[in-house]
Amino acid sequence: MTTIYILWLRQLKRYVRSRTRIVASLGQPLLYLLGLGFGFSPVFEKAGQGSYIQFLAPGVIAMTVLFSSIFSGIELIFDRQFGFLKEMLVAPVPRLLIMVGRTLGGATVSIIQGLMVTVVCVIAGFRPSLSSLPAALLFLALIAIVFTAMGTAIASVLSDFQGFQLVMNFLVMPIFFLSGALFPLKNLPKAMEILATLDPLSYGVDGLRSVLIGASHFGVATDFAVLSVLSVVFMAIGAKLFSRIQL
Amino acid sequence: MIKVQNLVKTYGQIEAVRDISFDVQQGEIFAFLGPNGAGKTTTIKMLTTLLRPTSGTVEIDGLDASKHQNEVRKRFGIVFQDPSLDDELTAWENMDIHGALYGVPRKLRHERTDMLLKLFELADRRDSFVKTFSGGMRRRLEIARGLLHTPKILFLDEPTLGLDPQTRNQLWTHVQKLNQEERVTVFLTTHYMEEADRVAQRIAVIDHGKIVAQGTSAELKQRTDTETLEQAFLALTGSSIREEGAEANRDLRNMARMWRKN
Ligand SMILES: Nc1ncnc2c1ncn2[C@@H]1O[C@H](COP(=O)(O)OP(=O)(O)O)[C@@H](O)[C@H]1O
Ligand SMILES: [Mg+2]
Repeated sequence: MTTIYILWLRQLKRYVRSRTRIVASLGQPLLYLLGLGFGFSPVFEKAGQGSYIQFLAPGVIAMTVLFSSIFSGIELIFDRQFGFLKEMLVAPVPRLLIMVGRTLGGATVSIIQGLMVTVVCVIAGFRPSLSSLPAALLFLALIAIVFTAMGTAIASVLSDFQGFQLVMNFLVMPIFFLSGALFPLKNLPKAMEILATLDPLSYGVDGLRSVLIGASHFGVATDFAVLSVLSVVFMAIGAKLFSRIQL
Repeated sequence: MIKVQNLVKTYGQIEAVRDISFDVQQGEIFAFLGPNGAGKTTTIKMLTTLLRPTSGTVEIDGLDASKHQNEVRKRFGIVFQDPSLDDELTAWENMDIHGALYGVPRKLRHERTDMLLKLFELADRRDSFVKTFSGGMRRRLEIARGLLHTPKILFLDEPTLGLDPQTRNQLWTHVQKLNQEERVTVFLTTHYMEEADRVAQRIAVIDHGKIVAQGTSAELKQRTDTETLEQAFLALTGSSIREEGAEANRDLRNMARMWRKN
């Protein structure tokens, strides 16, 4: 328990101390929210889909959590480069606990980021139902755990940043764009619909949307079930790969 | 305490460790000497479960290191050759995480942290971030951290590299005290022959991944018909200069890559 706590705390301390990361990570969502939000608003509304800002905000929040989580996981490469990974790997505690502590710490950071962006969205005109916040928090946590664990799994098999760009371009960006964060999943071309169904983030976006604005594609129960299962699966994969690291 | 048999590690074409065998007795201070790139660090990584051997076996305190990794990890402490601190944390926080991971009770861990930071003259910087530390200070903190818990075996991989004589003296005095009072077995590598001569009860000389000689300092001198351990070492390993450890180069390359990508 101490192991999980101490590594969780480490992630949080590192986050709180890196002001640039905090500010920088708010920039991108803001850009999407203002650029896309106000840009597409007229078209979206004319098409009879309601307010685009209302629709987009949960997507932007999910995007924030996605990027932040993947980054937290990938940060493991920094630990490898700067050497702290050695200190963790020789510690006389199961590597599983180390991985869990690190991942929960990274996920907590992502949740905080997601909440900050939620506030930004509200300032920009987003109006979620307040009673939905606990449920929204639960979805934020699930998205955060799934993708921090995914990032950790990836970082466990990369020894430096060479593969990082590849991961961003061919994994993380597609996960984001195919998730329905920016557009409704209704009436998509068949191929796209299949990809969206396979994309874990789709369920995160949809879950957030269903609790925050009451619109859902898969149904909130499905979203919750799929994300819960994926959390466990990715944690297991991440833990397995992390335990196997050699230096 | 440590029993190594026919240990081999190859990296692709490179044979870093080629079939070495040795024993270290409980309570012994054992020095592993060799030129740059001889295979010392690679051996230590295999002894400390960080690296799986290509072949051969390692037994730590009677336990197979590749099967009972966790049990083995409970038995040793290590000061790495390369940096292993968290730069974004303070000296004190680095110590505290270590103590927590090694299950040192909070009160004891705070006492020992204070004592060790004082011993290695870091007490006034305990709340500074490690990223603001000089090379020597980082090294001292790595050592202080390695001594925070009292393991059965202590691995020291070139612990004194880049340290001033005062700190070196401080370290070896402390290590000898641990060895005598707590019966800690010590496995060390160093480039300073007079250090090995001073503290080690037994010495193995490794070159090109093979052990070329083993024995007490006196035995090695006698065998090579030399006066000092340094002369004995040169007689055993030749006097040609080895390239800088590839490890350092690799780290540099990685760093360069990292900065280009970001
Ligand atoms: N990860 C690695 N990949 C490839 N070669 C390596 C790696 N680590 C060490 N080596 C090589 O193994 C040899 C032994 O290195 P090392 O154990 O670090 O030597 P020492 O610690 O005695 O200076 C060197 O030739 C080094 O280049
Ligand atoms: Mg070395």
